[in-house]
Amino acid sequence: MMQYKGWEGFVPGKWCNDEVDVRDFIQRNYAPYEGDGKFLAPATEATKKLWDIVCDLSKKEREAGGVLDADTKIVSTLTSHGAGYLDKDLEKIVGVQTDVPFKRSLQPFGGIRISESALQIYGYQLDESVKEIFTKYRKTHNEGVFDAYTPEMRSARSAHILTGLPDGYGRGRIVGDYRRVALYGVDYLIRKKEEDKLVMGGTMTPDKVRDREEISEQIKALKALKEMAATYGCDISQPATTAQEAIQALYFGYLGAVKDQNGAAMSIGRNSTFLDIYIERDLAKGLITEEQAQEFIDHFVMKLRIVKFMRTKEYNELFSGDPTWVTEVIGGMGVDGRTLVTKTSFRILHTLDNLGPAPEPNLTVLWSKRLPLAFKRYCAEISIRTSSIQYESDDLMRPEMGDDYCIACCVSCMRVGKDMQFFGARANLAKCLLYAINGGKDEQMKDKKTGKPMQVSPEFMPILGDGPLDFKEVTAKFENMMTWLAELYVNTLNVIHYMHDKYCYESLEMALHDTKVRRFFATGIAGLSCAADSLSAIKYAKVYPIRDEDGIVVDFRIEGEFPKYGNNDDRADELAVWLLKTFMKKVKSHYTYRESVPTTSILTITSNVVYGKKTGNTPDGRRAGTPLAPGANPMHGRDSNGALASLESVAKLPYEYSRDGISNTFSIMPASLGKDD
Amino acid sequence: MTGRIHSFESFGTVDGPGIRYVVFLQGCPLRCKYCHNPDTWTSGGKEYTAEQVVTQALRYRNYFGEKGGVTVTGGEPLLQIDFVIELFALLKAKGMHTCVDTSGITFRADDEKTVAKFEKLLEVTDLFLLDIKHIELDGHKELTGLGNENVLAFAKFLSDHGKATWIRHVLVPDITDNDELLYKLKAFIDTLQSVEKVEVLPYHTLGVVKYEKLGYEYPLKDVVAPTKDRVLNAKRILGVIKDE
Repeated sequence: MMQYKGWEGFVPGKWCNDEVDVRDFIQRNYAPYEGDGKFLAPATEATKKLWDIVCDLSKKEREAGGVLDADTKIVSTLTSHGAGYLDKDLEKIVGVQTDVPFKRSLQPFGGIRISESALQIYGYQLDESVKEIFTKYRKTHNEGVFDAYTPEMRSARSAHILTGLPDGYGRGRIVGDYRRVALYGVDYLIRKKEEDKLVMGGTMTPDKVRDREEISEQIKALKALKEMAATYGCDISQPATTAQEAIQALYFGYLGAVKDQNGAAMSIGRNSTFLDIYIERDLAKGLITEEQAQEFIDHFVMKLRIVKFMRTKEYNELFSGDPTWVTEVIGGMGVDGRTLVTKTSFRILHTLDNLGPAPEPNLTVLWSKRLPLAFKRYCAEISIRTSSIQYESDDLMRPEMGDDYCIACCVSCMRVGKDMQFFGARANLAKCLLYAINGGKDEQMKDKKTGKPMQVSPEFMPILGDGPLDFKEVTAKFENMMTWLAELYVNTLNVIHYMHDKYCYESLEMALHDTKVRRFFATGIAGLSCAADSLSAIKYAKVYPIRDEDGIVVDFRIEGEFPKYGNNDDRADELAVWLLKTFMKKVKSHYTYRESVPTTSILTITSNVVYGKKTGNTPDGRRAGTPLAPGANPMHGRDSNGALASLESVAKLPYEYSRDGISNTFSIMPASLGKDD
Repeated sequence: MTGRIHSFESFGTVDGPGIRYVVFLQGCPLRCKYCHNPDTWTSGGKEYTAEQVVTQALRYRNYFGEKGGVTVTGGEPLLQIDFVIELFALLKAKGMHTCVDTSGITFRADDEKTVAKFEKLLEVTDLFLLDIKHIELDGHKELTGLGNENVLAFAKFLSDHGKATWIRHVLVPDITDNDELLYKLKAFIDTLQSVEKVEVLPYHTLGVVKYEKLGYEYPLKDVVAPTKDRVLNAKRILGVIKDE
């Protein structure tokens, strides 16, 4: 006899033996599915009607200039708003961020100024009393960061050699294990956290005090989550007993997170195979039909599609749109060799047919050579029809992360509920190279007082003379400049994450993690291919500096040809590898906040355009202000040996130095993939 | 020996089966009016040894799967037939699938030496893509600058040797998109014994920018791509798709 009604029919194991272990539950209970998608059911009438409501609201939102309604007074917390519905009678999975769908919530803990300006842009006025509270009485993350920033951090920030820092908005990228809410019920989770808190004794060092405070915050958040569910008439204190309850409880966990945090990426984890266990149990008992199972998933996904945050126009410009990064990973292989594909992996992808294509949730298939062929075929079909699936290599990530990891944002992998990350924006290496040439003076920004070029780093010896640039000299200086930049970057992030923990702590998301969590210290690189090609030009062609009246190198004259990254030419590609390894080694040599593990990513998917605007002419011939390549892509138009050569260049970047992910944006015309079906 | 090469494509998906490493050889005796690679016409190119090309191609072996391999095209690759034979012999030794995309124009049925060389080529080539540009002698001459005697003779040669062949035909409005010509072509293809596939390639204008760059006059300025219906019609006539 199981301890809880919700666990009846499940194979017991470690997971139900006074532990929190969702992976163990999945492994003992899930049914791998190797068949095709013929069993799938179409959208129900209720689904169609609800989706019409969403489409209608989306249209009105567009007509209203991007925001349909915004809260200016009530600060969003788990319990700040009453229940909200699209159509209460039709919805099988309920819950929206405020009391009305499409009404954006007010989330000022990251920074009150950002909240205020985001509202203003869309014609709303922040309530005076809220403004007063968050300027006079309640400090925000943003204020904390700027209290602690050094002058050097400020100027590196305004010169955009460090870019996209989460110092004025929520850092995001933390993925709670929302499955725990369904499997264990909130009371069980509270009990486990209380047990953890009891053993946090001993000498009250600042770290210990913070741990105790944080776990108390987590417990409060779990209690608030129960309260939030109760406003929808749901009791989530106990384990879910049906598939519908499980999806609902899981979604409430996620909804709590987005009510609590306006993070840059609010991903949802790895849920479909977990939910499949509940659906299959109900189907076996004859409690539901396939139509109903699909309807639950459709309604769940519909809710994920309407997650919205109040953001500034600059933010939207940086990310080319208003992404929420509700990334859900699907499939992959288990470490025991069984596939983690289940029927619900199909059901969740099938929402792209039932509701039509959409960028969110960011459905991400973990691809393995060994995935069942029928599933691969199904994915390919859906991709062809909707272009809405992201693929990532399970074979690459599994050896390091095991088989219960998820993706935060687009490529950052973490074990669900066991790892978290401190998101860290990017260092612009193309600009760093220009600093090496100019001794740390910015090639674009002037000092406001003197009108002379802004000295951002300490004064290094610049490159002198009329050239051509000497490869050895430039790389030696570049390495020095990277040493400076890496230290400054890590320290800037140390400040940011200290303050975010202090003033904008993700209490609910962290409540859905193990108390002893592994933390990643994520850094990032922008401008990799531009810097690599620039070094290649200096090494293999002749590059002459062109100076302005202040002696600053503002342009370059290139004589001769040079190999370019993106052509599977080792001469250029090894420079990119050198850059990554050199920079990452320097990052690793510094203290990182809360004993976090340093990682880096090369994944600017859209912000490369904005970063390029702030970067002067580069030695590879790229013009000032033009975009850097996205992620680890070759510079636009320089890969002239076709797609595989380009991909092979990217694939040379060692993943162990870029654990937080490497992205390569690759568009292809369907016709160029061949002629047959 | 070395070959003169215009460029490489590491992800070729339209020149032969599967994913292919495509080598574009420099130089062509034809001046097809619709040519989309006029930059490969003249001599020149960059010299590579056969070994160098093999080394490059083998780097993509993982992508080739069961069907893919290496295709040489151009230009007219068989202008450099000795190089192609050497290259393919090396590739065959590595177990690669080899394919030539040719106009067949350099074949000479009446020249023993040439025939012997082509027989050598056949030994190391798995598949020929033979582009019959125009089925009539005069039409071929008008379109490409040379007659099609060698082309048709080469088709027969491949057939006599039982060599796997795909026939390709570019469908150009007003020039080859003509039912009578298509039926005539079909009748010719039907005399061949080893044709595995017929491909209709709809004329496109993607090469026009290259003419501008090279300072050449583009001969088919007013010609637009054939309509879907006409492409279907050609496919039906040539037996690519069967009538219901």
